[in-house]
Amino acid sequence: MYPRCRILVDALNVPMREYFRNIYRGIWTVLIGMKVTFMHLFTPAVTIQYPDVKLKLPERARNRLYVNMDDCIGCFQCDMACPVDCFKIETVKSLPTEDLGMTSTGQKKRLWVTQFDIDIAKCCYCGLCVYPCPTECIKMTDVYEFSEFDRHNLIYNYATVTPAEAAEIKARTAEYEKEQAAKKAAAAQAAAAAKAAQPAPAPPSGNPPPSPPAQSPS
Amino acid sequence: MEQVLQNLLHNDILTYVIMAVVPLLWILPYALFAVWLERKVSAHMQDRLGPMRTGGWHGWAQTLADILKLIQKEDIVPSAADKKLHFVAPYLVFIGSYAAFAAIPFSSAYIGSNINIGLFYVIAVSSLVVVGLLMAGWASNNKWSLFGAVRSAAQIVSYEIPTALALLAVVMVAGTLNLQTINQAQTGWFWNWYLFQKFPFIFIAFIIYFVSSLAETNRTPFDIPEAESELVAGYHTEYSGMKFAMFFLAEYANMFAVSAIGSTLFLGGWNSPFGDFLSGPFWGVFWFLSKGMFFVFVQMWLRWTLPRLRVDQLMYVSWKVLTPWAFACILGVGFWLML
Amino acid sequence: MFETDIPKFKTSTGRSLRNEEMIINMGPQHPSTHGVLRLELVVDGEIVIEVIPHIGYLHRCFEKHCEAMTNYQQVIPYCDRMDYVAAMNMEYSYVLGVERLLGIQVPERVEHIRVIMLELQRIASHLIALGTYGLDVGAFTPFLFMFRDRERILDLFETTCGARLLYNYIWVGGVSHDLPPGFIDKAKAFCKYFRPKIKEYNDLLSFNDIFIKRTANVGVLPADVAIAYGSSGPMLRGSGVNWDLRRDDPYSIYNRFQWEVEVGKGEMGTVGDCWDRYMVRMREMEQSANIIEQALEQMPEGDVQAAVPKRIRPNTGDLYVRTESARGEIGFYIVSDGSASPYRVKARSPSFVNLSVLPEICRGAMIADVVAIAGSTDIVLGEVDR
Repeated sequence: MYPRCRILVDALNVPMREYFRNIYRGIWTVLIGMKVTFMHLFTPAVTIQYPDVKLKLPERARNRLYVNMDDCIGCFQCDMACPVDCFKIETVKSLPTEDLGMTSTGQKKRLWVTQFDIDIAKCCYCGLCVYPCPTECIKMTDVYEFSEFDRHNLIYNYATVTPAEAAEIKARTAEYEKEQAAKKAAAAQAAAAAKAAQPAPAPPSGNPPPSPPAQSPS
Repeated sequence: MEQVLQNLLHNDILTYVIMAVVPLLWILPYALFAVWLERKVSAHMQDRLGPMRTGGWHGWAQTLADILKLIQKEDIVPSAADKKLHFVAPYLVFIGSYAAFAAIPFSSAYIGSNINIGLFYVIAVSSLVVVGLLMAGWASNNKWSLFGAVRSAAQIVSYEIPTALALLAVVMVAGTLNLQTINQAQTGWFWNWYLFQKFPFIFIAFIIYFVSSLAETNRTPFDIPEAESELVAGYHTEYSGMKFAMFFLAEYANMFAVSAIGSTLFLGGWNSPFGDFLSGPFWGVFWFLSKGMFFVFVQMWLRWTLPRLRVDQLMYVSWKVLTPWAFACILGVGFWLML
Repeated sequence: MFETDIPKFKTSTGRSLRNEEMIINMGPQHPSTHGVLRLELVVDGEIVIEVIPHIGYLHRCFEKHCEAMTNYQQVIPYCDRMDYVAAMNMEYSYVLGVERLLGIQVPERVEHIRVIMLELQRIASHLIALGTYGLDVGAFTPFLFMFRDRERILDLFETTCGARLLYNYIWVGGVSHDLPPGFIDKAKAFCKYFRPKIKEYNDLLSFNDIFIKRTANVGVLPADVAIAYGSSGPMLRGSGVNWDLRRDDPYSIYNRFQWEVEVGKGEMGTVGDCWDRYMVRMREMEQSANIIEQALEQMPEGDVQAAVPKRIRPNTGDLYVRTESARGEIGFYIVSDGSASPYRVKARSPSFVNLSVLPEICRGAMIADVVAIAGSTDIVLGEVDR
């Protein structure tokens, strides 16, 4: 046996006065409700007809991201701040001879940003990447109509260097690094040879002779 | 109108075919229009706009576009469904709703079938809808559809009684079941309408009739069978494409049918409310249609205002409120007539 | 159906007939279960004998994500997404916990702004709860009216922080943006606009006889059962228990404002029925409007980012913090191991606990009532499943 259905019991054992009061209340509240909806027939609509009419979003609206690559110094702050890891950034150190220019905030750029991808499908539009940027180059715009047919088109490539250029830069830098490493190695060897040519000073009794400097490529 | 056609064509069969087709000329465009109207009325009551784009001016072609879309949809039948019943059900519902128009007078010159038991026929034929709904619910092989169908059967059958009793009160005053005669007895200014006769009994009978007719057509507050929020779509959950469109159109046709009966019996049908002013066979059509559309509008108005009654409350209203009061009205009218 | 007990019919020879029960599934795709919730109903005709809720369809590993975050700040967008309908409340609870762990005090202006946002969010959340509840019982129009009013609140939020639903606004130590110019006037205008609307909702829905018949005496939750199950928020207050964390376990500056705690009184039926819970929410909206107006009056000047720490590195320790959200008591249990990323964050969501009452109060109701009862618990599945 399960508990009886209370509502049925209440609905059935209704005394006479209650019965008439119910009917009266039923009809009266229905009429009040009808009056409310009827009045609303004459209030103007609160909706606008998108896409013919579009609302202007407020200034602080957080929609699609935009990166001004001229100001990007490749510091990875936005990448570290992002909770969903939608950034893919790659930087290459520039050679001392190359001049990458200055950002609009007055910082000298020292890194080539060879890849700066944002997967806007992963982005959760939290805006956490905007605050840490030292040059304020990443912003949230008010663009909200950017659906694509192909999911891969939602990976936005902001880098201003083409892949070919990027490969070139990497090759140049790698070569420069190699040259520097070779020069350093040669210099270290020459220093070691010069050191070996000099006679070692007589060590004071009891003290162990000083050990030769370790040869480590810098 | 029958005479006119006979004289023109001298051909019995053609005459009767044309007579039969005329209501269809009204009903089919009306159904399209009523769906659009429902959407517009609901939209404006809810402070929004409704269809605006299809066809230009306030989206008048929206229903047309919907029907075209539904026609080309794939007709999905659940694999474990009862195929024959599943196929027949929407047509039964459609037929039940549309056949009622045969005996309803659209004007003094036009009535599909001027039978002496017109009212009886109308009430009987519109009960066919129950069979269709039960078939739809059962054949879908879906527990929720079954729920919807069973509730619907209980509801419609229960509400037939107050409907018939309320109409009976008018029949007692009119003395005939012939709808054309009932209409002709209400000629004159609007105080000749049956609504204001034997006050307040017929007035109460009218309220009872209107409320019961809401239940007959499964409209809120009695739309438990198709309660969207509980049963997804009730008995027509498993229907797609044209069959779904049939259910839809049948519902709107039914709405107009009950409005038409109500306006015929209580509000003077095709009679002008101003006596001889603006009356005549063509004006009759206008008055009849406007009165019908007015009640259709009130039905829509109620739908967007009220929440839904639970099944047992629905039954309570029918058996414990409407039926006793309908009996009381009949008694009242009876005594009045005797005195 | 007109019997008080479903009879076991017996033949004249004494053999009793079998009444078959039916198992029917409500959800996970269902217009009324407020999200992906599966309710397994065992019914005998229309009467429900048992309800077994199945959850987990929206589980998104919030707690595991928190452990993988590199700092406490990054957790806040995830908190938003748990109770997406009342995101400010969710964020605030977590941020309060971290601030207590760090031991920092936020400026007065920040406190006022936070209270305003929290109360605005409470109104917005209740509007959804009541609107969808009307939809569940069949009234389509109040839903749209309430959403129209909610739009105004969301517009206020959008001008402040840029987002309409998932804000990432309340930060550890402050808020992300100061109030934009004109906000105070707009918020005051909203409160003035909103109070007559509550009267309109009452006319249209609350005191409508059909609505009362659907919700009064339905799903009665006795006070002791509510407390035993750990319910909170309007579920608990609807049962007559006068308990509100803003007053009884005070946090922020709530103790400076004059407002009433709304409690269900059983006006239309029994204390603790669906109508009481519905009305508690309706009246709470009015009280929230009171709080907002008072906070706007008392708003001091200041820098909202003054107390935001550069690096969030709490000492090793743990704490449990609880605040009153629109749905009830949100709790966060935060364990810190001294590093910049949280060691463990457990979220105690009110909807999860409130949902557990459902099997108890649905017994003996009809299927239509189950919908009404589930709607009155006001669950958000994002919160239930986390």
